[in-house]
Amino acid sequence: MTPGEQRPGEPAVALRGVEKVFDAAGGSESVTALTDVDLDIAPGEFVSLIGPSGCGKSTLLRLVADLETPTTGTVQVFGKSARQARLDQDYGIAFQSAGLLPWRTVRANIELPLELRRVAKARRWQRADELLTMVGLSDFAASRPHQLSGGMQQRVAIARALAEQPRLLLMDEPFGALDEMTRERMQGELLGLSQRTGCAVVFVTHSIPEAVYLSDRVVVMSPRPGRITEIVPVGLGERGRRDEDTREDAAFFAAVTAVREALRGHPDHAIRTGRGVEKR
Amino acid sequence: MNRRLERGLRSGGYGVLALVLLGVVWEGYKAVGSPDGFSIGGVRLLPRADDASMPHVSQILQRFGRPEVAAEGSPTVLVAVLRAMWFSFRIALAGWAGGAVVGMVLALLMQRFRTARDALLPYVVVSQTVPLVAIAPVVVGWGGNLAVLGRPWQPWMSVAVISGYLAFFPVAVGMLRGLDSPTAAQLGLMHACAASYWQTLVRLRLPASVGHLIPALRLAAAASVVGAIVAEISTGTRGGVGRLIIEYAQSATGDPPKPWTALLGAAALGLLAAGLVGLVDLTLGRFVPAAAAKGAR
Repeated sequence: MTPGEQRPGEPAVALRGVEKVFDAAGGSESVTALTDVDLDIAPGEFVSLIGPSGCGKSTLLRLVADLETPTTGTVQVFGKSARQARLDQDYGIAFQSAGLLPWRTVRANIELPLELRRVAKARRWQRADELLTMVGLSDFAASRPHQLSGGMQQRVAIARALAEQPRLLLMDEPFGALDEMTRERMQGELLGLSQRTGCAVVFVTHSIPEAVYLSDRVVVMSPRPGRITEIVPVGLGERGRRDEDTREDAAFFAAVTAVREALRGHPDHAIRTGRGVEKR
Repeated sequence: MNRRLERGLRSGGYGVLALVLLGVVWEGYKAVGSPDGFSIGGVRLLPRADDASMPHVSQILQRFGRPEVAAEGSPTVLVAVLRAMWFSFRIALAGWAGGAVVGMVLALLMQRFRTARDALLPYVVVSQTVPLVAIAPVVVGWGGNLAVLGRPWQPWMSVAVISGYLAFFPVAVGMLRGLDSPTAAQLGLMHACAASYWQTLVRLRLPASVGHLIPALRLAAAASVVGAIVAEISTGTRGGVGRLIIEYAQSATGDPPKPWTALLGAAALGLLAAGLVGLVDLTLGRFVPAAAAKGAR
């Protein structure tokens, strides 16, 4: 399945006028997690969502995943409703905690989405082999999750997310619990994976360097109420050409500064292209 | 598998050691304690240490070997106690199995339906505060009007029902806890994969609950033995350990070690029942990898 299997020009993800209000529970006031969100993500594009706590970035991701429904507005994934996309398994998802089932081997964990779709055993085994090779864990197919390090568990979670060859990957701070070195290595691996599979990625993170290193565009959000304040295009050239040396480029630092300024809420900055909030 | 067996043997060894220590404490207290016990202001805090109240461990063990009653052809106490244990064990087993099934069904209902949980859980908890001696006549009375599979209600069935009444509670609570134990990330994954309720139940919630279910079944086994013994006494059912305890207690003044033999039998039955749950552990143990991870439980 290639990412081109849709009407050309149709965005992978399209949010229009999305608002999400969580109702008051037990006496507390209702919370406006997201308001007035308009966002398009192109097929194959890597977009990061960044912002302080309470800015609604995780909520936005969950709306795309159909794990929440918007109070107003529409969420379209590959031209379908978010719910239909979820039922059709058009996306894979990975959370901050790997969420592996401890009683299953690594292979069985990766096969889980395929089992749920009742894929035949031989086909499942073969696909698991492909994915294990892709994330470099072929030697650990028969291990249990508790025998793996945090980084390896996240790799299993990512392999599992890719099981159905989705055109969209949704990731909620998947490297948040890892140490810095492992984190940088995983970022490089994710970059390679996303290039090879050609899937679009929506990536929630707290880390500015991570957002810049991985993305084509960084969506900056702020809280109370949660909204998109700015979208910063990362001028680092094609993602396929980025490597460890990119982290020490002048352009990298400039982009990190641009995102940081956007987070602080400074409207003017010489390095940005000045396009402000984008709608593609 | 080997490591689990090793661990089982080790904890069994510690269990035997604990029993030996108990015997040492018993004899030790008898050696230093006063025949009147120890009282403060008329309240006896420590028991009497004389041979009538606290027979020597050796005396109790010897009593197992001697005949139950002075009559001709009377079996030894050991044989009588073992027979009674077998009688009560089968009833307790039926109670445990029935209680476990009821507990699991309740847990499934309470996890699935919020209203069921809010409605049932308080009653499940309160049910355990009702004294068994009050329930026994009710169960016997209802049973008298029922027929099971064409046969009339047997007295042992009342005992089994009461035994199950004590057994279902830990299973219901433990299983519910287990069904609720999956993390948000795991549940989110199932939802994202468009898994149905049944798929989520079979592939996520049930395996996750095994770690909580097995200790609950162990508690239920001990509770079912207690329930069976108390119910036997309350319903007047002959042949079991409950009846035996009452009979032997009547000889307490003339034959001090005799009641203690029945008590040891009851305790052994409880230990046996709880230990048998270990068999369940062996079959379902692969779902509790946390035990393998930590190397001991």
